[in-house]
Amino acid sequence: MSLFRGRRILAGAMTLVAAAAMTACGSKTSDEGGAAGVSADISGDTVKVGLLNSLSGTMAISEVTVRDSIMLAVEEINAAGGVLGKKIQPVGEDGGSDWPTFAEKAEKLISEDRVAAVFGCWTSASRKAVKPVFEKNKALLFYPVQYEGLEQSPYIFYTGATTNQQIVPGLDYLKAQGVKSVYLVGSDYVFPRTANKIIKAYATANGMNVLGEDYAPLGSTEFGTIVNKVKSSGAAAVFNTLNGDSNVAFFKEYKSAGLTAAAMPVVSVSIAEEEVKGIGTQYLEGQLTAWNYYQTTPGAANAKFVAAYKAKYGADKPTSDPMEAAYVGVYLWKAMVEKAGAFDVEKVRAASDGITFDAPEGLVTVDGETQHIAKTARIGKVGADGLITEVWNSGKPIEPDPYLKSYPWASGLS
Amino acid sequence: MTVLFGQLFTGISIGAVLLLIALGLALTFGQMNVINMAHGEFIMAGAYTTYVLQQSITGAGMSLLIALPVAFVVAGAMGVLLEILLIRRLYARPLDTLLVTWGVSLMLQQLARDVFGSPNVQTRAPELLTGNVALPGGLTVANNRLFILALALAAVAALTLALRLTPLGRRIRAVVQNRDLAAVSGIPTARVDRTTFFIGSGLAGLAGVALTLLGPIGPTMGTNLIIDAFLVVVVGGIGQLKGTVIVAFALGVLQATGEYLTTLSVAKVIVFVAIVAFLQWRPQGLFTLRTRSLA
Repeated sequence: MSLFRGRRILAGAMTLVAAAAMTACGSKTSDEGGAAGVSADISGDTVKVGLLNSLSGTMAISEVTVRDSIMLAVEEINAAGGVLGKKIQPVGEDGGSDWPTFAEKAEKLISEDRVAAVFGCWTSASRKAVKPVFEKNKALLFYPVQYEGLEQSPYIFYTGATTNQQIVPGLDYLKAQGVKSVYLVGSDYVFPRTANKIIKAYATANGMNVLGEDYAPLGSTEFGTIVNKVKSSGAAAVFNTLNGDSNVAFFKEYKSAGLTAAAMPVVSVSIAEEEVKGIGTQYLEGQLTAWNYYQTTPGAANAKFVAAYKAKYGADKPTSDPMEAAYVGVYLWKAMVEKAGAFDVEKVRAASDGITFDAPEGLVTVDGETQHIAKTARIGKVGADGLITEVWNSGKPIEPDPYLKSYPWASGLS
Repeated sequence: MTVLFGQLFTGISIGAVLLLIALGLALTFGQMNVINMAHGEFIMAGAYTTYVLQQSITGAGMSLLIALPVAFVVAGAMGVLLEILLIRRLYARPLDTLLVTWGVSLMLQQLARDVFGSPNVQTRAPELLTGNVALPGGLTVANNRLFILALALAAVAALTLALRLTPLGRRIRAVVQNRDLAAVSGIPTARVDRTTFFIGSGLAGLAGVALTLLGPIGPTMGTNLIIDAFLVVVVGGIGQLKGTVIVAFALGVLQATGEYLTTLSVAKVIVFVAIVAFLQWRPQGLFTLRTRSLA
């Protein structure tokens, strides 16, 4: 065979790979479903809810645990008699760490399964992908993960932190420690890019230098150059918005380069207890995280939550912030439905303002206007046992401010 | 200066990874003209072998050492199985090997999901390999990267010596240069093919072991690597180990330099543009194989 022919065959191979990649990333549009929305099927003695998480792909390391804790809340509520006398029947779908798939599955849960609410999503990219689907169908999503803010949808309840409840307190903490310069490392998609825009605005207003900003594609495992850049920048700290298992590669490289938590701490906003376990405590000991909840958070509600989770999934399974926010989301939905006396989405939304729940993280209150919840900010440090211990907290729940209206430096952002 | 050497080392270590993943492919694609899309899954098999050994053997260092030969044999055996069941029927139809092995690669990914679960897993690196060597001037080189570099160079040396000096190597080269003539000269071409496939796939297994030192192990890790591997083999010149080695390191350094000066995404574009430009200038790749084959 001639070399020329070999090349044509290879071109064929490349086309096939490219085509497969594009199928995986391509967007799908759908026009079905009317403006009236699809109402939930509550004819029987059960009510269906959708569970939409990545059970495969790069985000599965994080999202499987969220699914587990949603299931725990569902079982607890069912054991206590259900919602409005109906047992919750969960319908699970795998988003596969692929945003068009999330949109497709959301449509399926709403239109075909006719669920009363959907719990799930992790990355902002997946939330942005399903947002129009929920808005078009006037269906409810309970989103459990901290995110970059600057968003508000009538059909999404945000039970994780917005920026003023996580990233801003994280920066305040660094500032209080005397940190004058930071390096930003993140995954290349909407959350890290928006978060870093906010961090840069904060830095400008607070006399902090941002010495560099680098992004790696989700799932990227080659961090040699980024770590070299971080190291030679001489920054006092690193602000890490990497998501998923890129963190594994990043922290392995970080340690190999001789960088330590003592010399150059990394503040991470997407690494919780489960990820610490996955990445390896040896790579993370002493590093900082910013969240609203840790397994070690004191209180009776948390003790009960941790015990129930471990009883169901195993004593070696840690609980984490997104898991807690997902768990809380199911209970908040239950409280809203009961206050409204109906599963109807508009009635549930109208009933949401002021709903409180004695959550594992402490008392949370729903703000009906933004559909976010008031949360206590907590900075934690990874210990040798893989658990995270609080080193600072905000003392009281911080009201959600997704558009950062109360911060003058953020005026140009939204 | 420190930064320059640091980046040079990063480039070389990216090159070492590229070399490891492309080496087996250079043998099966380059020498045998089989487009094996399942090569990436053989890499995955090597990585999971390391994971399994680490689960069953205590001590990260010991399990890594055992993983090297075991992963070579596991991936190699998978290659032989693929050769016996499918590829040997398709030697005259290279384009069909592409489709068939693509299907096999999807099946292997699903198999991995069923056996190990969808979430990616990690291995612990031996304590020795998590540190670094401090050189004068504040420069540090990571131990795991040095290990991968040494492994890649050892694999190239062993493969080169085997092809040049052993009777098996001579037979492989004879079959590559002219299958029909080799057959009438009494060389059992079918058995040579099988052995070549064993070695090529086994090298993918070694690459898999090395990759566990850098990042997570998952069912789709091979898909991300197969394109890089093909690029290296094609730019290097089909059928040429020398080209594979040079191009792997050149692309590694180009990637690291581009990334240092710009960003990771832009660096990838730079690498691809450079490859396209290079192939316009030398469509046959860096080196070409001179054969007496009539085809």
